[in-house]
Amino acid sequence: MHFFVILKTLVKNLFSKPATVKFPFEPREYPEGSRGQVVIDTSTCIFCGLCQRKCPTAAITVVRAEKKWSIKRMQCISCGACVDACPKNSLKLDTKYYTPDVTKKEDTYNA
Amino acid sequence: MIDEQSLITINADDLVSQVEKLRNSGHRLIQICCAKIADTIEVNYSFDNNYSFTNLRIILPLSDLRINSVSAIYLQALLYENEMHDLFGVEVKNMAIDYKGTFYRTSFKTPFNPPTDKA
Amino acid sequence: MEGKKRTIIPFGPQHPVLPEPIHLDLVLEDEKIVEAIPSIGFIHRGLEKLVEKKDFIEYVYVAERICGICSFIHGMTYCIAVEEIMKLNIPQRAHFLRVIWSELSRLHSHLLWLGLMADAFGFESLFMQSWRLRERILDIIEETTGGRVIFGSSKVGGVRRDISREKMQEIVRRLKVFEKEIKELSNVFIKDASVQHRLCGVGVVSKEQAYALGAVGPTARGSGIASDMRKLGYAAYKEIAFEPIIESTGDSYARCLVRIKELFQSIDIIAQAAEKMVDGPIDIKVSGTPDGEFFARSEQPRGEAVYYIKANGTKFLDRVRVRTPTFANIAPLLKILPGASLADVPILILTIDPCISCTER
Repeated sequence: MHFFVILKTLVKNLFSKPATVKFPFEPREYPEGSRGQVVIDTSTCIFCGLCQRKCPTAAITVVRAEKKWSIKRMQCISCGACVDACPKNSLKLDTKYYTPDVTKKEDTYNA
Repeated sequence: MIDEQSLITINADDLVSQVEKLRNSGHRLIQICCAKIADTIEVNYSFDNNYSFTNLRIILPLSDLRINSVSAIYLQALLYENEMHDLFGVEVKNMAIDYKGTFYRTSFKTPFNPPTDKA
Repeated sequence: MEGKKRTIIPFGPQHPVLPEPIHLDLVLEDEKIVEAIPSIGFIHRGLEKLVEKKDFIEYVYVAERICGICSFIHGMTYCIAVEEIMKLNIPQRAHFLRVIWSELSRLHSHLLWLGLMADAFGFESLFMQSWRLRERILDIIEETTGGRVIFGSSKVGGVRRDISREKMQEIVRRLKVFEKEIKELSNVFIKDASVQHRLCGVGVVSKEQAYALGAVGPTARGSGIASDMRKLGYAAYKEIAFEPIIESTGDSYARCLVRIKELFQSIDIIAQAAEKMVDGPIDIKVSGTPDGEFFARSEQPRGEAVYYIKANGTKFLDRVRVRTPTFANIAPLLKILPGASLADVPILILTIDPCISCTER
């Protein structure tokens, strides 16, 4: 019969640094390659609409005539399908995440 | 993949006897599923015995969706049979527990086989 | 028994211990359970129906989101099924990467389960310690795939990301350190008297019962059935030496031991895969559409998952059917419960590691 087997771990934890970060005051560092929000470089974008067709959640709308690229941020699942599809490499996945919000936002970018 | 998959199509009447034969030879029931193909519903009974895969298939016409239960042979079949009753509208006779369509709480009946498609 | 009064107690769908909505009607005689009737279907999402709207390449993203814990293996099994129908020969390196990510996902799932289990019998500090260790695995997953829970790294025709040789060696090194820490954690589960008191001899399911009822995964292996779908040799598992871990007693403690030993096994498999990994491309170009059908089986942390895919030659599949491990483990649960006391019900349900959201899809 063994009792208090966890005691050793608990004492060790008592005298070591916490496993968590004090989040709002101490920002979290995202590793390279983390799938955050989609960012677009409108200077190279040709508005072909391939990303719109490849998006599994239909979050992206491209209007070619007006040179408008918009994304429903709350619908995007950061899968990176648009990034893989982009023929001009104008789309990128940033490591930063989109900030939470109470309304469903749509961001529009113009060339 | 590595494993050979034997797919055998049988008559609906032979189902219980065939399943019993597999049970006696030590097979484990993996799953039962339906697939709606054109105007028929295919019911697949999959079995495993020491990593070898066997599948029995029954083809039911949409006009006559009735089948015998195998839950007396494999108890767990009742979960799959209630599922196919709720999602596809297949009537299963002699189930061990009949939930009478309340196993899945879907907003309308038989979503995988909507009544509009029925002949 | 004649004359004894029976009570029916509804259990769930909302219960402080179980985060998942399963409902059970428990028939009791005094404190003892004599029968349990399950009822699910509270969160049926119709993801199998969605296949009519998404083409077979896009559906990978849906398949990954069937379950939040074994997400990668869901996506991978779907890809294996499609690749098998299309007769694609994907590169060997992709197979090894899939093994590594599968095992990482098994590690984090089992640690999650150990934490939940500790929480269920009221051992809060053990719960936090388990989840503290789980974070390390999530960090490795995020560094290699970009997501912490949804990996998004499997696709039809291979994988989407590569792990460099240096990174791979670093991961193996980190897992070696990690192994020592799990050893310390698992000692508590294996030796501590209070844990044994709640788990030993509770919820016994015999080998014959478990087999007849189609138990899968740790539930089957805890009862002495050596069934592990990794032995089928999908992905690169055929290149890796391992044996299914089995325990013979069939009680809650045995199921817990199986999961603990699988943690060490997973670390070993990752080390083996890292060593045997071959260089080369990670994906092939997919052209054409699938036509045919296939039953793909894989071993998830919770047990065997079955993907049935029927394709008709267009880019939309006819039918995708997912049999998740929890669905198969509900029937053994009905044999585990009778004879136990009401206070043990949450623990007994947890020992099959229920994941109801993926059960109902």
